[in-house]
Amino acid sequence: MELYELGLYELRDKLNREEASVHEIIESVLRRIHQVDGRVKAFVTLDEENALQKADQLKREELRRGRIAGLPFALKDLICTRSLRTTCCSRMLEQFVPPYDATVAARLNAEQGILVGKLNMDEFAMGSSTEFSAFFPTHNPWDLERVPGGSSGGSAAAVAADEVPFALGTDTGGSIRQPAAFCGVVGLKPTYGRVSRWGVVAFASSLDQVGIFSKDVADCALVMNIICGYDPLDSTSINMKVPDYTSFLSTDIKGMKIAYPREYFQQGVDKKNRELVMAALKKYEELGAIVEEVSLPHSEYALPAYYIIAPAEASANLARFDGVRYGLRDFEADNVTDMFSRSRAAGFGAEVKRRIMLGTYALSSGYYDAYYLKALKVRRLISNDFEQIFKDFDIIISPTTPTTAFKLGEQSNEPLTLYMNDILTVPINLAGLPGISVPCGFSDGLPAGMQIVAKPFDEGSLIRAAYAFEQNTAYHTVKPSLGGE
Amino acid sequence: MNSNYETVIGLEVHAELKTATKIFCSCSTAFGAEPNTQVCPICSGFPGMLPVLNKKAVEIAIKAGLALNCEIAALCKFDRKNYFYPDLPKAYQISQYDLPICKNGYLEIDLEGEKKRVGITRAHMEEDAGKLVHQGNITSTPFSLVDLNRSGTPLLEIVSEPDMRSAQEARAYLEKLRSILLFAGASDCKMQEGSLRCDANVSVRPWGQKELGIRTEIKNLNSFRALERAIEYEAQRQIEAIEDGEAIIQETRTWDEEKQITRGMRSKEEAHDYRYFPDPDLPPLKIEREWVEQLKADLPELPDQAQQRLMEQYGLPPYDAAILTLTPEFLEYFDQCLSLYNDAKQVSNWMMGELSKYLNQYDIEIHDCKIKPVALTRLLTLIDEGTISGKMAKDVFAEMFATGKEPDVVVKEKGMVQISDESTLLKMIDGIIEANPGVVEDYRKGKEKAFGFFVGQVMKATKGQANPAVVNSLLKERLKSE
Amino acid sequence: MALTTNEVEHVALLARLALNDEEKKELAEQLSLILDYADRLNEINTDEIEPLAHILPVYNVFREDMVGASSPREDILANGPLLEDGQYKVPKIV
Repeated sequence: MELYELGLYELRDKLNREEASVHEIIESVLRRIHQVDGRVKAFVTLDEENALQKADQLKREELRRGRIAGLPFALKDLICTRSLRTTCCSRMLEQFVPPYDATVAARLNAEQGILVGKLNMDEFAMGSSTEFSAFFPTHNPWDLERVPGGSSGGSAAAVAADEVPFALGTDTGGSIRQPAAFCGVVGLKPTYGRVSRWGVVAFASSLDQVGIFSKDVADCALVMNIICGYDPLDSTSINMKVPDYTSFLSTDIKGMKIAYPREYFQQGVDKKNRELVMAALKKYEELGAIVEEVSLPHSEYALPAYYIIAPAEASANLARFDGVRYGLRDFEADNVTDMFSRSRAAGFGAEVKRRIMLGTYALSSGYYDAYYLKALKVRRLISNDFEQIFKDFDIIISPTTPTTAFKLGEQSNEPLTLYMNDILTVPINLAGLPGISVPCGFSDGLPAGMQIVAKPFDEGSLIRAAYAFEQNTAYHTVKPSLGGE
Repeated sequence: MNSNYETVIGLEVHAELKTATKIFCSCSTAFGAEPNTQVCPICSGFPGMLPVLNKKAVEIAIKAGLALNCEIAALCKFDRKNYFYPDLPKAYQISQYDLPICKNGYLEIDLEGEKKRVGITRAHMEEDAGKLVHQGNITSTPFSLVDLNRSGTPLLEIVSEPDMRSAQEARAYLEKLRSILLFAGASDCKMQEGSLRCDANVSVRPWGQKELGIRTEIKNLNSFRALERAIEYEAQRQIEAIEDGEAIIQETRTWDEEKQITRGMRSKEEAHDYRYFPDPDLPPLKIEREWVEQLKADLPELPDQAQQRLMEQYGLPPYDAAILTLTPEFLEYFDQCLSLYNDAKQVSNWMMGELSKYLNQYDIEIHDCKIKPVALTRLLTLIDEGTISGKMAKDVFAEMFATGKEPDVVVKEKGMVQISDESTLLKMIDGIIEANPGVVEDYRKGKEKAFGFFVGQVMKATKGQANPAVVNSLLKERLKSE
Repeated sequence: MALTTNEVEHVALLARLALNDEEKKELAEQLSLILDYADRLNEINTDEIEPLAHILPVYNVFREDMVGASSPREDILANGPLLEDGQYKVPKIV
């Protein structure tokens, strides 16, 4: 087995037993990236020199101090990294070099993790296929003709293709869980407020949350221990004790109460995807869990509410890209209004413009009540539905996506069709809940994902349920055949 | 002004809150730094940056609200006000829209002895924008420069009811508001540095008409004088327009200080649509009553209370009390004088007279004045003791103001000691009477004016150092006796 | 809810996006479709429902009024597309 194929625990063991050096691990990962990324195209920026330099500088004693000391990772390219360009995969920020590290990046650095590069995404995290990257689309390692999902498609594909053992992404309406499902990896979106958003370029501030892509649940728990926790720089990060998530890595789920909402098994969800999750529910019953069907009646309105709220917030969040202090600037305009409008028109792609327009409209005078305010009220109803269910249940399980990965170019011209990909994931963001997608089988050779959702700040239950399933199935051990050397 | 019309004025005042740091980041708010040296990624609106609210700003806002008799909201929140401008880094201003921290207050202004209450609709917190500096001549240069030092400075926007009816009332309101904010420690209120800024909403209507006329908003009012002049000009302009059958357009106008006129600002290509919505980055505020009570207890003496005290304790006239309580520093100076010297009216006269005159003339703040209360009261004592005359004291004051010397030193250096010795003065008086028999005759025939001639002659002979009271009594006696 | 090209132009001005005619036409169609979809929200009665703007039950998050270091000017200006005298240079207003 090559080093690049290993997970965090295995790599740590190798280091501890001195069977591998940090240099060898980083080199292995970089070799793998050179081998496959020409086809997968997960990375937009590689930082080889710094990664190797850091590997060589790490002292033996430092290896013991950091929980991921000497282990490689990569970040979705909207997580700001000091002195390393952070583009959001937009022409607007193609040359932008932040003078700061995002809190999550700083936390990984503090544990002596080694950043190897920045990962592709839909421009400003708007999209479900990574085809809206201003640079190039990413390809699904399971079938290079297909999309990896989005918006964190680069993060999912990089982990699936063994280019890095773990990566961070962000999830606003499913942008971690959906690509994790499409690429057959573990993807966890923590509770809103669990992880600092400071230094993470905002799409929709009331929904965005940073999360993890990993090869298995144990690795995910390990990284959760590092990135979670209060940050005084983010007023929406909650000041609450963070449990040791690795303590939830138990296969004992006897008596766990699992709800599956019937609405999440209709709504144009592929038969095969439904069957795989139903089979998973059977597995849970075998393991001693109590499984019941429930109803989340307002979830069907989550998508329309989401496509008002998220663009509305985005229209303000992306207004700062005006060509004055950073980013693309039109130098031809002779007055400020034209300079703004032309810089923004040149810097943003079609989907970003579409969402800015939609959000601006939904907030504008005369439409605010009908769209934005209405959507906030519906958001309350959706959230209340979940609250009701969680009075009686520990977790909720559904398919992560209605389909498996679709072909590149298949949906990129029809916004509404593309938005439907998020139909099972957006309700969770609107309610601020934690959710995880774990591999639950294959449909025509493509991975399918199962979504597990828990109460606010109960990521422990997610990890326990996901781990129990993973340890009793073998789906996570199946790898895409990208070809070797 | 055409007396068939009534002017209606409401003011929107932006006061910078007196914090050490900005409202959402830890950059300093100190005035006058080199451009873009008091900035960070947060107040420069960089991607991924988040605001964290300055607790002191909230406390000061609550205190200001209490000082303005406002209700303090139990729940309030921050909203984003969206508009593009090069000095607004995020292209939205964090402000408060439908749930301001303070509302329904008032203050009282004094109009020639009559009290008038002016309502305060609301006061809300927001962040300031940066500064746009035009290069050279605004009409010819194609570029402006952006300095973000001021970006993120905490502001309290205080909106009055349209309760004022003249430029003088508007001025009185602004002066009172300023002194309340100063006393409450809420703001420095320096108009020339922009820490107190005022926009005026002005409309006119025929006397007796209930509904308000169409208003214009006047910006760029950088002094009390500008406020008065601009309102007077604008009201007159509107009246003339109406008389000429023209319609008033609701618009924003700017005060042209040079030409002393208001000018319509070129209307933006779009109607304002700020698309306010709750800022998701900032959790709402729940303001507990205990917190408000505690802040209320911390409030120092406010101008109205101080005025009352000056009138009751020292018997000062309302006019004096109002002037002495314009700023806390002025009042503190007065109080210090009174701890050393007990003639309140005398102190008041000198503070409102010479002291104010020189402070204004040289644009000096009272706490930077070289004449400290101990020196002023010593000067007054020298007058009381007859060492120098009141007139001489003014010269001594001027020297003290310029050099900071003690009054006794100045008096000695200038040889300004007053001549009160009767025998010395009598010798002079007798000589003058002898030399001017004709004038003596006139006086005795009842020509009172002639008396002044003799006083003047004595003063001339003593180079102004004669004690006027002594001279008067001696002269009267001598002129009568012969 | 069908958007006209005029409405698209107004919104584009608010959002400061210079659009060509083709983009305007396309956006009018696409936004109309999305808004039609959003109109489904009207199927639910929300008269008695409080809007949900902040999902966390968190209030009064403050920092103390302590001055921290500002950024070195070269760092903060390093990404500036056009600078002069330590300031950002922009075309004049209007």
